[in-house]
Amino acid sequence: MTAEPVTTEHVTTETTLRSSLLGMVSDWSSDQRSFKSASWGKAMMWIFLVSDTFVFSCFLISYMTVRMSTTVEWPHPSEIFALEIGGKKIPLILIAIMTFDLITSSGTMAMAVNFAYARERRKAAILMLVTAFFGAAFVGMQAFEWTKLIHEGVRPWGNPFGAAQFGSSFFMITGFHGFHVSIGVIFLLIVARAVWRGDYDVGRRGFFTSRKGRYEIVEIMGLYWHFVDLVWVFIFAFFYLW
Amino acid sequence: MGLHLRILLSVVTSPTGELMTATTENTTHSHAPVAQAAQPAAQAHGQQHPIKLYLLVWGLLFFLSACSYLVDYFDFQGYLRWSLIVLFMLLKAGLIVAVFMHMAWERLALVVAILLPPLAVLVLMAMMAWEGDYTNYLRVIFFGA
Repeated sequence: MTAEPVTTEHVTTETTLRSSLLGMVSDWSSDQRSFKSASWGKAMMWIFLVSDTFVFSCFLISYMTVRMSTTVEWPHPSEIFALEIGGKKIPLILIAIMTFDLITSSGTMAMAVNFAYARERRKAAILMLVTAFFGAAFVGMQAFEWTKLIHEGVRPWGNPFGAAQFGSSFFMITGFHGFHVSIGVIFLLIVARAVWRGDYDVGRRGFFTSRKGRYEIVEIMGLYWHFVDLVWVFIFAFFYLW
Repeated sequence: MGLHLRILLSVVTSPTGELMTATTENTTHSHAPVAQAAQPAAQAHGQQHPIKLYLLVWGLLFFLSACSYLVDYFDFQGYLRWSLIVLFMLLKAGLIVAVFMHMAWERLALVVAILLPPLAVLVLMAMMAWEGDYTNYLRVIFFGA
């Protein structure tokens, strides 16, 4: 806009602005989509997962920073997470079991997605319940692990094994991951119930969104669940094995 | 990285003939984006893949996890330990993303949008490694630790 608009010039500016706005509206309302193989629901789940990737990356990188900068020796995860089974100390065994448990839950989830698309409701719902069971078992083992460490004197501000930053990193990273698993278990149960009842066949509206669901929801739920498994792969490598 | 995953997938899945047909079918779809605009491939086919493939990946993930556990069990140290841990970690992550999360069958637009941004994390990692090293140096110098 000029400071002193002449009448004719003013009209031209107005039409230009108007056509620009119309152009913007038509752009946004046109039949354009960037992700042609993904519905909006799936695309949004992916975008959420990317943002979550950054959250967990920040946690792992801050863990790396404090571990590199401390002059005190870092506690040995291999010994701290060892369990005595049959009078023999096996290193890191609980974490190994948790890893296999989560991988198994990912496998059952992948098969649940397959059966959901095949409209085999019972099989899909049961497989999702199995997935939720393995997820709950994972959280249970994590609770056991936390209890054991707290009894041994590990705190966010210090521990008897070495560098004080070990506790804060451990509770923050595993706590956030366990929280993700717990939320996943809750949503798995909700979606499993909807699949079991055939909500997506009869078009029953969801209690939260008031919209009719589709079987694609199982796949989107699966994306979240596999992501939780994916994060554990990185936590397992960097926190427990390093 | 997306390309990397595709190569990985093709290596992993070459024994199963079924998947190869599924992949080629998808490729033909991606060459006709206009026709697919109304009915996207994912919705039409619903990302259904042979259960056998999922079981294969499941088995591979078990095997790779066992391998990384054995790295700790046999107490490998130094560069051997770190390289093996990272190798098994990346293989597992690749399998989960490519097969379980169906990234191998998605169109490149989505693959690039999802897999490229997290690479920026490597820059932060490099900066913080530098910073952490420097902090450690200062602590040694001034606190004589």
